[in-house]
Amino acid sequence: MTDEIKHEWPLFEVFVRAKRGLNHVHVGSLRAADHEMALHHARDLYTRRNEGVSIWVVRSDDVASSSPEEKEAFFAPSGDKVYRHPTYYSIPDSVPHI
Amino acid sequence: MTATSITDTDEKAFTETIAKDQRVEPRDWMPEGYRRTMIRQIAQHAHSEIIGMQPEGEWITRAPSLRRKAILLAKVQDEAGHGLYLYSAAETLGADRGDLTRRLIEGRQKYSSIFNYPTLSFADVGVIGWLVDGAAICNQVPLCRSSYGPYARAMIRICKEESFHQRQGYELLMTMMRGTPAQREMVQDAVNRWWWPSLMMFGPPDDQSPNSAQSMAWKIKRHSNDELRQRFVDMSVPQAEALGVTLPDPELRWNDERGHWDFGPIDWSELKRVISGDGPCNALRIENRRRADEEGAWVREAAAAHARRRQEAGA
Repeated sequence: MTDEIKHEWPLFEVFVRAKRGLNHVHVGSLRAADHEMALHHARDLYTRRNEGVSIWVVRSDDVASSSPEEKEAFFAPSGDKVYRHPTYYSIPDSVPHI
Repeated sequence: MTATSITDTDEKAFTETIAKDQRVEPRDWMPEGYRRTMIRQIAQHAHSEIIGMQPEGEWITRAPSLRRKAILLAKVQDEAGHGLYLYSAAETLGADRGDLTRRLIEGRQKYSSIFNYPTLSFADVGVIGWLVDGAAICNQVPLCRSSYGPYARAMIRICKEESFHQRQGYELLMTMMRGTPAQREMVQDAVNRWWWPSLMMFGPPDDQSPNSAQSMAWKIKRHSNDELRQRFVDMSVPQAEALGVTLPDPELRWNDERGHWDFGPIDWSELKRVISGDGPCNALRIENRRRADEEGAWVREAAAAHARRRQEAGA
């Protein structure tokens, strides 16, 4: 069992830029021995029909993520800052282009 | 995952997510039963795609033209891709794909019983595309709205590609139906063999499907087995007519009152037999999968060793 785990390929997260002008978007994950193989596998797996013009692969271990349990505390600070939104400010209808 | 104690807030958040028709995402708290059901369903689905490469793969070297060979290669490659999208979704739940493959090989996890039937002629390739992939589409379109986010997203990709699978199959059959009487006979023979197993793909009837109610409540499933089966029959009848083949069911007739096609009783003992391992090709399918896994082991080990060496040299 430990032997098998030793040989197992690590997990990579795959991000694809669908076309120029768009951000890379997460599309899924795959297993590969290294980054180079991960890129080749990502091409074969996630872009068989011209779905992308550029691919990023990132070791899943290297992704830090906010935890759902801390969601309240983590995102709450932006909740009460309504003055960050344009609709907070009332401007008379007669003022154009604003 | 740390073993945190389940709080009322966790449970409430999960229930609310489901009630509001939002998606459950990988790191959210979820009931153990939900996680187990999801892993089982996604793994079973992934295994079906991987085993599903075999019945059609057998015809790649015998395809009648370069065009058909290229199409079939692309299709079988898609099945591999679908399997991998799904293993990727299963891994977000803490499953390990190597472990899932072992479970498949050891017979501890199942795959769709449809792939335990043999492909006897090239017409089978067309009928699999038309009926088997058609039934899969019926099943999978509602799964694009399944409550588990990564599964639903994988299903969206898969459904887009399945449409090519079904159309290439139907087009192949139309071509054969324009051919010789012998070719038309091959198509009818393939339809006769695949029709009933295709209907069984939707699973046991609703009153004998023990997990269905819970899966519907969790919005993993959106429609009952019988509902989807009826939808498939209604879709297939006019397609069979357009093709010029007869579906092998003497009780098939339009029911004006119901607004659906009535169809004859399904031999559930056959489904039970095939699921429990006694279908025509069960042993062969698993044996092929085991051999591929064993014969590929040295490649996986060599690639891992190479990557390790390069990393050490670079560090």
